[in-house]
Amino acid sequence: MKKTYKIDVDCANCADKMERAAAGTPGVKSARVNYMALKMTVEFQEGQEESAVMEQVLKNCKKVESDCEIFL
Amino acid sequence: MNKKQKDMLRRILISAALLVCLQLISAQQFSTIDSLLFPGAGRWLRLALYLVNYYIIGWGTLKKAFKGIMNRQVFDENFLMAVATLGALALAIYENGDYAEAIAVMLFYQLGEWFENYAVGKSRRNISQLMDIRPDYANIEQEGHLIRVDPEEVEPGSVIVVQPGEKVPIDGVVAEGSSALDTAALTGESLPREVAAGDEIISGCINLSGVLKVRTSKAFGESTVSKILELVENAGERKSRQEDFISKFARVYTPAVCYSALALALLPPLVRLLFMGLAPMWGVWLYRALTFLVISCPCALVISIPLSFFAGIGGASRAGILVKGSNFLEALSKTDCVVFDKTGTLTQGVFEVEGIHHSTMEEEKLLEYAALAESASSHPISRSLLKAHGREPDRSRVEDIREISGAGVLATVDGRQVAAGNDKLMKTLGVEYRDCHSVGTIIHMAVEGKYAGHILISDMIKAHAKAAVAALKELGVRKTVMLTGDSEAVAEHVASKLGIDSFYSRLLPGDKVEKLERLLAEEKGGGKLAFVGDGINDAPVLARADIGIAMGALGSDAAIEAADVVLMDDDPLKIAKAIKISRKCLGIVYENIVFAIGIKLICLILGALGIANMWLAIFADVGVMVLAVLNAMRCLLVYKL
Repeated sequence: MKKTYKIDVDCANCADKMERAAAGTPGVKSARVNYMALKMTVEFQEGQEESAVMEQVLKNCKKVESDCEIFL
Repeated sequence: MNKKQKDMLRRILISAALLVCLQLISAQQFSTIDSLLFPGAGRWLRLALYLVNYYIIGWGTLKKAFKGIMNRQVFDENFLMAVATLGALALAIYENGDYAEAIAVMLFYQLGEWFENYAVGKSRRNISQLMDIRPDYANIEQEGHLIRVDPEEVEPGSVIVVQPGEKVPIDGVVAEGSSALDTAALTGESLPREVAAGDEIISGCINLSGVLKVRTSKAFGESTVSKILELVENAGERKSRQEDFISKFARVYTPAVCYSALALALLPPLVRLLFMGLAPMWGVWLYRALTFLVISCPCALVISIPLSFFAGIGGASRAGILVKGSNFLEALSKTDCVVFDKTGTLTQGVFEVEGIHHSTMEEEKLLEYAALAESASSHPISRSLLKAHGREPDRSRVEDIREISGAGVLATVDGRQVAAGNDKLMKTLGVEYRDCHSVGTIIHMAVEGKYAGHILISDMIKAHAKAAVAALKELGVRKTVMLTGDSEAVAEHVASKLGIDSFYSRLLPGDKVEKLERLLAEEKGGGKLAFVGDGINDAPVLARADIGIAMGALGSDAAIEAADVVLMDDDPLKIAKAIKISRKCLGIVYENIVFAIGIKLICLILGALGIANMWLAIFADVGVMVLAVLNAMRCLLVYKL
C-alpha cells in the first residue's frame, strides 16, 4: 500500500532528514521525499493502520526538523 | 514570496540597517557616556545594542539549534552557525572588539537561506506552470445549457463540450464538430493538429478554433493528462547516484568539519604550549576554528544537485520528452548503444500497396480478390489492401475464410478458390511463384490453384529517421541496432538506407527480449543500452533495457507505464535530443559538485592557515550557493539543443 502526502519543509537537507525519519518509523516499509515537488511517498507494511503510522511519522519528522509539516 | 519569506526579508533588512548604524559609532564614542553614568556603561550599552541586533537576525537559528540538540540531531547547519557566531561574539566581548563580524556572518547566512528558499520556490512554480495541463472542469450539456463539472465526475461514454480556448479534459472521440488542436504542452510540437468527427482526441490538448462535442472513452483518472501529470510529479522519487552521493556526503562532511574545528581549536595551541614553549595563542586558533564551522555548511551542494535534475526533467517535458526519474536522466547521458524497433519507430507503420506485378488478370480484379480474402483480418497488411481497393468489401461474396498462421489466408471468393499469402503458402499449395526484386512485404496470389501474380506492400520510412540515426552517431553512440519481425530483405533495405550498424530480422516478440539480453551482455565500461519502441507488443523489451524509450506515446497507456522515457510524439530525432538534454544536465551537476566542493576545500585550507577570515568564509559559502543555484537553473534551457 503506497500513499503520497503533501509536505512543507524549508531546505533540501531537512527533506533528507525527514525521509530518514519517516523510513525508520515502525510500520513503514519505505519512504521517499521529493523536495522539489514537496511530496512524501510512503509505502506501508502489510496490515498497518495508515493514519496511526502517519501520525507517528509526523512526530518523528518533527523531532528531526521542527519546522516541517505533513498534510495528512 | 510567501509569509515566511517576507518575514525573513524584513528581519534581514532591519538587521542590516541597524548594523550599519552601529558601525558608524565607534567604541570610544560609546565610552563618552561613562562619565555620565558609571565606568563601563558605554561598553555595556554597545554590547546590548549589538546583542539586540544579533537577536533580531539570529534568534530563529539559535532556537532551531537548541531543538536540534534536544532531539539529538546535533550536526545541522543551525548548530554550526549558532556555535560559530556565538563563539565570535564571545571573542568580541572578551576583547571589546568587533561585534559586527558575528552579526554579519549570521546576516549573510540568513540572506543565503532566503535566496535559496526564494529560488527553489520560484523554480517550483515555473516548472509546474510548464506542466500546467491539468484541466479544471469539463462542460456537459444539460437541457440546452452548458454546465461545468469536475472532470472526475464524468463517466466514460458521456458527451462533453470543448469550446475554443479550453483544454480537452478527458480522452475521447470527436462526436461532432471540427477544430484545430494545440498539442504543444504534450508534444512540444507547435503545429496545430486538425481533428474532425470520428477522430480520437487526447486530453491535455487545447482546442483552438471550433466547438467540439466529444464522447469520452475513459474516466479522468485513466486519461492521458492524468497519467502524464502522475508521471512528472513522481519523477523526483527515483534518485540518481549523484543525489544519493550528495546526501551521503553531507551526512559525513558536516560532522567531519566540526571535529576538525575542535581539533584546530585545541591541538595547535597545546602543541605550541607543551612542545615548542611558545605562547598558546588560544584566541587566534579559536577564531580559525570558528571560521571552519562557517565554511562547513553544505547548503550549496545539497540544494543545487536535486534542483539541477528537477530543472532538467522540467525542461525535457517542455520539449515533449517525459523522463520518469533522475536516475534515468543519468543513464540516458551514458547511452552508447541504441536498439530500435523497426515498425512504428523508424517506419511509419503504415503500409501501402506499392505495386502489382505479373498479374494474370486485371490488376484491379487481383487487388479486389486479395482485399476480399483478407477482409476478416485486422492486420495492418489487410488494412492496406482494403485501402488500396478503395471500396467497402462486399463480405457476402466471401466464404470459408481459413487463416494459416504465418503464411496467409485461403478463401472462396465468388465461388473461386483464392489463396493470398507469402512464399511458404505457395510452397505448401504446390504453386509455382515468381519472386519479386523490390523490397517489401509480398503477397502472392493463387486463383483456382494457379499463380495469379503478386502484390507488393511496403512501409514508409519516417522523414527524420535517417537524420536521427546520424545525430545519434554524432553524439558518440557506438552502436545502433534494429530489431524487427519483418523479413530479412526488408530489414536490410531499411537498415542500409538509414545507416544502422546491424539488424536482426524475423524475430517473434520473445526473440526480441533474447536478442536484447545478448546485446546487454556486450555492454561494458558503464555504457548504457537504450531500446526505442512504439509501445505496441514491445513492453517486455522496454522494461528489460537499461533505458526503455517509448515513442508516439500519446494515448498509449501501456507504453507510458512500461517505458522509462516517453517521447510524446513519434519523431525519432527526439531520441538524440533527450540524450543531449541529459548530458547538459549531468554536465551542470558535475560542474556544481566540483565547484562547490572545490571552493569549500580551498576555504578550509585558507581558514586553517589563518589567511581567510570569517567574512571571506561566509561570502564564499553564500556566493557558491547562489552561483550553484543559478547554474542549476540553466538545465531548464533546453529548447535550442
